[in-house]
Amino acid sequence: MIDTLRLTAEDAAGLLERGEVSSAELVAAYREAIAARDGELHAYLHVTDGEAEGDGVPIALKDVITTRGVPTTAGSRILEGYVPVFDSTIASRVKEAGLPLLGKTNLDEFAMGSSTENSGYGPSHNPWDPERVPGGSSGGSAAAVAGGLAPWALGTDTGGSVKQPAALCGIVGLRPTYGSVSRYGIVAFASSLDQVGPLTKTVRDCAWLYRVTAGLDPCDSTTVELPEPVELPEREDLKGVRIGIPRELNDLEGIEPGVRGRVDEAIRLAEELGAELGETTLPRSVDYGLPCYYLVAPAEASSNLARYDGVRYGHRAEGVDDLTALYERTRWEAFGDEPKRRILLGTYALSAGYYDAYYGQAQKVRTVIKDEFAAAFRDFDVLLSPTSPTVAFRLGERAENPLAMYLSDVLTIPPNMAGLPGLSIPCGLSDGLPVGLQILGPQFSENTLFHVGHALERAIGFDYVPERLRA
Amino acid sequence: MTISRDAVLHVARLARLEIPEGEIARVQEDLGAILDAVSKVSELDLDDVEPTSHPLDVVNVWGADEPRPSLSREDALANAPDPEDGHFRVPAVG
Repeated sequence: MIDTLRLTAEDAAGLLERGEVSSAELVAAYREAIAARDGELHAYLHVTDGEAEGDGVPIALKDVITTRGVPTTAGSRILEGYVPVFDSTIASRVKEAGLPLLGKTNLDEFAMGSSTENSGYGPSHNPWDPERVPGGSSGGSAAAVAGGLAPWALGTDTGGSVKQPAALCGIVGLRPTYGSVSRYGIVAFASSLDQVGPLTKTVRDCAWLYRVTAGLDPCDSTTVELPEPVELPEREDLKGVRIGIPRELNDLEGIEPGVRGRVDEAIRLAEELGAELGETTLPRSVDYGLPCYYLVAPAEASSNLARYDGVRYGHRAEGVDDLTALYERTRWEAFGDEPKRRILLGTYALSAGYYDAYYGQAQKVRTVIKDEFAAAFRDFDVLLSPTSPTVAFRLGERAENPLAMYLSDVLTIPPNMAGLPGLSIPCGLSDGLPVGLQILGPQFSENTLFHVGHALERAIGFDYVPERLRA
Repeated sequence: MTISRDAVLHVARLARLEIPEGEIARVQEDLGAILDAVSKVSELDLDDVEPTSHPLDVVNVWGADEPRPSLSREDALANAPDPEDGHFRVPAVG
């Protein structure tokens, strides 16, 4: 009997290696779990059936990752029924690694949101408490892993869409360095920010999946060769690691006391493991990061989403006899509220007369943020903070107020603007719900993040199986 | 901040979105609230700061100019809502 709630990808690989279980049996076990629990969690938009290709550990992919012959909707009604005729580089790499595809996971439409409530196909639910959101936008991937419906999964992170759902579901999530993972065939949202990242039960699983996916891809000219190979972490001490605590990322108003408490405990543990601690500061990055992001990301989205016009694929409005009217009606009726809001905002910020004051100014703020982090990393190897200011919130709690929803990512956005990698690991519970610790490093410091994350994970001893589902 | 009805209609036209008459006021309000929040970036004096458009210092990535297989016509049309004779059919340009 395979306990899908507890089994890590590394455990599963061990079972396969020793011949104790076959890949087909693993796939069958996860499909059974999906049949039993996905009615409640709605982590998946599409579940594969029949024989799954590959002899390795099965995986789930966020539904922005293009998969040949398998529906890919980006959580949008505008792509309902779209079946890609090509594979994204990531889907190819996953196949080459022999990882059978369990299915495509739910998300906020076009990865725009922090709760999956913006999905065109209904929200996912948090395995720790189904009345609460799993976070977003990769909430389906996070719920699948935390709920035992996939051993591991991939998501994408633009403003925090891997780190924040990982935090809210009590699992590990990596947003990699910008340029380290190919976006060829990833449904684009904001191209100067989007990255593909793993959601897993352990830091070692995360490093492993990052190793499968990362590296130069000639089809994505923003990718580069990794400066060093990805190492699976083993060290359990933090001797010689310089850890900075950025005041603004830890003292921000709105961080719940329970979140602050668990993060402070993790920081003390880091010191006990031998790390050198110090305080640091990011004076403008946190205050101005969110407004900067909500100019840059919508501006890029307004351009990327121009392709959905009802001509080549996806939804088309009926009964329109003029081409421009066809575009306009197709887009209004099939995009949800959040993409429309961001397209309008982004178009406004880029339009003549407003460009310099909004988009141009936001790009300069981005330089300021980049410089502030660079200064902090002159003194420290990594920085620690909460991932999300709060634990998982209730469905509906922020759904009617876009600005309240945007604040969910206030701590993950600043490093993302600078193209920095960030790892979120669970560091305890507050009111019975998981708290995420954000570990940030300079560009291409993933191996350091895995080392620090692994050592802390061992010391914290967090049980990633949701309490209500424990046998 | 308020954003005028005309400005909303102008931006909607640029973005190819047909906002139904009954929803224009809501969009005005919605966009105004968000613009208020993001206008915070103008508080900073950044005249001497260079803009960042891309977080990595990568420049001039060249690809070899070699022909390689691309999508077949059949594949390219596989998801088209209204294909005809190997083309995408659309209504007349008004």
